[in-house]
Amino acid sequence: MDFASFLIQTLNSLQYGLLLFLVASGLTLVFGIMGIINLAHGSFYMIGAYLAFVLSSATGSLYMAILLGVPLSLAFGALLEWAFFSHLYKRDHLEQVLMTYGLILIFEELRSLLVGDDVHGVEIPALFSGSIPLSDVLSYPVYRLVVSAVCIVLAIALYYVIQRTRLGMMIRAGNHDRTMVEALGININMIYRVVFALGFALAALAGMLASPISSVFPNMGSHVLIISFVIVVIGGIGSVWGALVAALIVGFADTFGKVLVPEISGMVVYIVMAAVLLWRPEGIFKKG
Amino acid sequence: MNSQLIFKLVALALLACVPLTGDSFYTELLAKTLILGIFAMSLDLLVGFTGLVSFGHAAYFGIAAYTVALLSPGYEAGNLWLLLFASVACSALAALFVGIFVLRTKGIYFIMVTLAFAQLAFFIFHDTPLGGGSDGVYVNVKPSASIGGWVPFDLDTQAHLYYFVLVLLVLVYLFLSRILQSQFGRVLVGVKSNEHRMQSMGYKTFGYKLGAFTLAGGLAGVAGFLYAIVFGFVTPELLSWHQSGNVLLMVILGGMGNLIGVVAGAFAFISMQEIFASWTKHWQLVMGGVIVAAVLFLPGGLAAIPGRIKRALQGGGNDE
Amino acid sequence: MSNNQHETLLIAEKITRRFGGLVANQDVDVALKRGTVHVLLGPNGAGKSTCINMLSGDLPPSEGKIKFMGRDITGLNAAQRSQVGIGRSYQRTNIFPKFTVLENVRLAAQSRRQQPWRIFSKAMEQQWSLEKARASIEEAGLGKKIDWISGLLSHGEQRQLEIAMVLATDAQVMLLDEPLAGMGSEESAKMVEVLKRLKPTRAILLVEHDMDAVFAVADTITVMVNGQVLESGPPAQIKASVAVQQAYLGSEDSFHV
Repeated sequence: MDFASFLIQTLNSLQYGLLLFLVASGLTLVFGIMGIINLAHGSFYMIGAYLAFVLSSATGSLYMAILLGVPLSLAFGALLEWAFFSHLYKRDHLEQVLMTYGLILIFEELRSLLVGDDVHGVEIPALFSGSIPLSDVLSYPVYRLVVSAVCIVLAIALYYVIQRTRLGMMIRAGNHDRTMVEALGININMIYRVVFALGFALAALAGMLASPISSVFPNMGSHVLIISFVIVVIGGIGSVWGALVAALIVGFADTFGKVLVPEISGMVVYIVMAAVLLWRPEGIFKKG
Repeated sequence: MNSQLIFKLVALALLACVPLTGDSFYTELLAKTLILGIFAMSLDLLVGFTGLVSFGHAAYFGIAAYTVALLSPGYEAGNLWLLLFASVACSALAALFVGIFVLRTKGIYFIMVTLAFAQLAFFIFHDTPLGGGSDGVYVNVKPSASIGGWVPFDLDTQAHLYYFVLVLLVLVYLFLSRILQSQFGRVLVGVKSNEHRMQSMGYKTFGYKLGAFTLAGGLAGVAGFLYAIVFGFVTPELLSWHQSGNVLLMVILGGMGNLIGVVAGAFAFISMQEIFASWTKHWQLVMGGVIVAAVLFLPGGLAAIPGRIKRALQGGGNDE
Repeated sequence: MSNNQHETLLIAEKITRRFGGLVANQDVDVALKRGTVHVLLGPNGAGKSTCINMLSGDLPPSEGKIKFMGRDITGLNAAQRSQVGIGRSYQRTNIFPKFTVLENVRLAAQSRRQQPWRIFSKAMEQQWSLEKARASIEEAGLGKKIDWISGLLSHGEQRQLEIAMVLATDAQVMLLDEPLAGMGSEESAKMVEVLKRLKPTRAILLVEHDMDAVFAVADTITVMVNGQVLESGPPAQIKASVAVQQAYLGSEDSFHV
């Protein structure tokens, strides 16, 4: 592999890993803070992607789609939390699994009803549709670099909010002792709603950003969900930092795997997970 | 106790009458339901009795089905008993292998990693040359039940096929009932109730859980074996997480920790599926809605339904 | 196996346990002898739970050694220590609430002779585990309620059940974490009688807050404060110790005598 190709794969790995991080961070926050296992998280990604498709077709621009899509996602996430997820906090894992499984079925069929089962492309905005030349023969799409940049900005923002703001402090406190936090007068229900909406929006945004690259198709949520689970297992439940590291590991393993061992590239991620299970069953960065 | 036994015998008798109706569609549908009943019982061992919520149980069902399909000679009949042995052995070994990894985790992690390993198995059959890819593999000729020349029954006759399934269901049920009353079974139930205490009493719970996991995988293999034989067509969808989700639903519908109940759960699931599908091609929407509504509005969840029905039936009558 | 009175069965040598920056136990020494009751005493947060967790195998020590009958068992987990002869009861009742008293204890007894491969013989027909369970239940004073669902027992009776479960595992060393907690004076007195009866053939460690009831049965008392041993000796010595009185001043426990 010559340097330019290596650079391309590295950039791809970064971009894929960062997108996965967006999805997985929401998942691990909801796990860690509210203690809920949410199988429907992949559907959130799918919803974001389809939202991007529908809105960009309607408005003619991916910018507008994302601009509209993010607040819509936050609102919809809050609504979902109020209607469904808030009832799961006191239930056991089995009931959480079941209800969120039911939600997946609903989301998938609604999608099929409303938008159909075809595969759709989404156009990259003209500004980012070019490529940067890396060598005589190879160049790299600007859009992918933009996606990576947006993810990095969001990762920093997430870090800042969680570590440096009062909201973040309340979120971290809610993680450890719900009754104590409530006793302090902090409205834990609001915190949970915010966290959930945030998680939903992060996943949906990832879907929106990814839509021009991967297209929009049924079942796009399932694959992302399982990879997100693997990332959370590797990184440790509740650890956003762990999710970042694990997402990058998965991004690199999967991308280079496709190039180096294409026959078993789909297995590489699971092999990494299996190795982590043998070494540190609670995740590399287990919280607490 | 006696009324329970009578109920079971009556149910068995009713099931045995099905092929006599001559309706081949319903006979096949019921055979499918019984197969799913075996599948559900195998998962109940894990979820209902040992407290291990596995979301990847379809892997062992599918592995056994593929073993049958791949080991069956192309255009002549394979041997039923050898295929049974091979498919159950393969699924049990796969469960043993996966168990060594996944049983190192607990709770949410366990659910996730069982799902992940099932996806791995799905991938192996979907994307590698091992299976026929997404097209699946056919079992062109039903296996022969010959034992050294004597052929006790002929699987090309639908009635024989159905009874073969029914007999295996009864055998699996009796086997599991026995195991659950044994030392081993009591330990599993203890693990579900309070694993920490079991350990502090001197039980190496990992080994017991691994045994349960392997056993459950092997029994799921019996179901997978039957599926391949009855339907003759095996695809990666058998290992999908939809399959894992559906069988978990059957276990919950049936009241976990109740073997007969989960077979009833399989009946309930198939019935709902058939009914909803007759209304709309988007039947999964209705199914999803029912599931969500049930979790939300039934305190104690779906598992409470059987208890409620039971209490309603017992009404003002004697308690057992 | 020799049955020397006062033979040392379990000895912890300078065990230390850290949780990140917090030192929960520092250089703690404990020696448990057959035929004696050793009480671990101290105010809240003194590190008693951590200490007993290290002895039972629920928590590995960060430093130090633990020996049982001369054998180094520091690396053994809780299940292994139980098999070796160390039994434990818990501060928060840790039973199988849906099982009967008999089944709780039978399961404990079964752990001594595990035969998981015998899948076709019924556990409830296994005479040896049933007999052992019945004997342990009698010894713990719970014979009248043997068929009760354990979750329905009174708090004190559940503590007795815990004792029965430990007895059924043939424990030579019994580590009892606040067995009297939450009991009224009558139940406490009953439990103390049970402990007195069990004492001669075993080594018993009691973790307790309150000395009232336990004074009658203690042979040695070790007082812990802030994760370290403050003083250790016979009850009379501890009663008279100024250092111990001062340690209790200002804590919400009273050291009543």
